[in-house]
Formats: sequence, structure tokens, C-alpha cells
Amino acid sequence: MKKDFLKGMKSGIPIGVGYLTVSFGFGILAAQYGFSILQAAAISASNLTSAGQAAGVAIIAAGGTLIELILTQLVINLRYSLMGISLSQKLDPSFSTMHRFITAFGITDEVFAVSYAQPFLITPAFMYGIILVSFVGWVLGTVLGASAGHFLPEAIISAMGIALYGMFLAIIIPPAKKEKSVLFVISLTAVISVVFYYLLPMVTSGFSVIISAVAASLIAAWLFPVKEDEE
Amino acid sequence: MSFFVYLLAMAGVTYLIRMIPFVAFRKKIKSPFLKSLLHYIPYAVLAAMTIPAIFYSTGSVLTSVIGTVVAVVLAYFDLPLIVVALAAAAAALISGFIF
Repeated sequence: MKKDFLKGMKSGIPIGVGYLTVSFGFGILAAQYGFSILQAAAISASNLTSAGQAAGVAIIAAGGTLIELILTQLVINLRYSLMGISLSQKLDPSFSTMHRFITAFGITDEVFAVSYAQPFLITPAFMYGIILVSFVGWVLGTVLGASAGHFLPEAIISAMGIALYGMFLAIIIPPAKKEKSVLFVISLTAVISVVFYYLLPMVTSGFSVIISAVAASLIAAWLFPVKEDEE
Repeated sequence: MSFFVYLLAMAGVTYLIRMIPFVAFRKKIKSPFLKSLLHYIPYAVLAAMTIPAIFYSTGSVLTSVIGTVVAVVLAYFDLPLIVVALAAAAAALISGFIF
């Protein structure tokens, strides 16, 4: 039990360190939108997701509706549903429903990827360990970033506004090199998103993200179905 | 609307998306179309969030574009996320001083 927890924590260290820097960017973004350090930390501690939070603060700061906020989170975070389903296939019999309720909170892209890659069945203790370290890195980085956002010189804060988007590019470009279909879905999404931004400015950012992403993914899934064994 | 209501809605939805399938599902998704859709959505979402927002992310289109080019090139060569993110910011900062 204790051994599994420590093993989980050890697996979580690279994730936590990575999160520290990514959530630093989120903290700065939140500060730019006018959120306090405590508010930014509360968002990170209760959501634990990068893209969803970045879209969320933009909608909240713009005074968007709850429907827009909820639908945006639904689409952006839909991938966690798939990860939850995949991960549920790899659980140790000791994983009770109660443990599922609790650890579901900590399923992020990285926690999923690292847990899923383990050569053994996942125990609750392992999940608690990996989630704890990731969570601490994520919240701590947010607090540091939001503090920096309030105290750093204006030139640096403005320049840091691009950091989170740079990270998004670093996530999507390498797979686009390997899979033509991913390159297709990214390009098509970008085109639709640009059309919304310049030609249909009455569509708010959250809805534009939803419509562009879902439309492009539907077309890609229809044109390029994923082969059975991939993911 | 109060910050707390937004926070509750956002955190609640995000938790439910993670929790419901994780607790309820015990079978694998078989539909190739559904599997493909779920495979493409994360990339599409990030692309939609990034473009065109990244071009306005620093408050100056010129420095944003320079930062974007740096990010695209470094991402193409598989550099780590942190390196790409910070290099894009550094490029925007330096070009802001020059232009």
C-alpha cells in the first residue's frame, strides 16, 4: 500500500515539475484577466486542467453566460471521458467505486498517460500518489504565476501572455508531423476559427472554439477513421 | 454574476466529465467513428484556442507573430513544452524591445 503510494509519487514528479511551469503561465494569464491570486489558485485547485481553465478565465472575464462556460468545458474536457474509460480497463480489483469517485478528479492528460503506461494494474494508492504530486505542482505554479502577474514589469507580463499558447503548439505540432490526419484536423480547425473571428465576430470565443473543434473533428473522423489499434 | 457561481459551474462540469465514465463504464468503446472523433477532438480544441488568439496574446501583433514563428519552429523539432513556451515568450519580449 505504502510502496504503491510512493511509486505513484515518484511517477508524478516529472508531471508535477512540468505542471509548475505550465500553470505559471496560467497564473499570469489569470492575473492579466484581473483575477486575484486566491481566485486563480481556487480555479486551479478545483479544475486541474490547462486548456479548460484558459478558456474558462477568458469567458468569465468577458462576463459570458453559464451555458457558454459549461458547454466550453464540456467540449474541451471531453477527452477525459475517453481517458477515464480506458483507465477503467486497467484498474486493480482493490479499486472500489469510492476510490473511483475520488481519483476521477485527478485524471489529466499526463496522469492518464503515465498511469496507463505502467506494466501493472493500477491500485488506488498509486493513483493517490501520482495525483498528489501533480496537484501540488499545478496549484503552486498557479500561485507563483499569478503573484508574478501582479508584481512583474508590464513588458514581461505581456510577453508571457504567449507562453500558454506556445505550449499548446508544442502539444499539437509533433503529432501533426507524424499523422497527416492530425495535420488536417488542426488546419481545418484553424481556418474555421479564423473565419469566426474575422467574419462572424458576434460569435463569442467559447462557442467559436466549440463549433470549430467539433466540426473539424467530425469531418476528420468521417474522412480518416482511426485504425483499431491506435490509442 | 459572482465569481463563485462561475467557479462552481466550471469545476462541477469538469469533475462530472471525468467521474461519470470512470465510475460507470466497464466496457470498451467499439464504434470506430466515435473513437476517431475522441482521438481528434483534443488537437482540434487546442488549435481552435490558439488560432487566431495567439496573434493577439502579447498586446502587439508584431511581437506575437515573431513569438509564434519561434514556437512553431521549436515545436517542429520536438523540443519540450516548457522550452517552446518560454522561448516564444522570450522572442516576444526581445522583439518588443527592438521594434
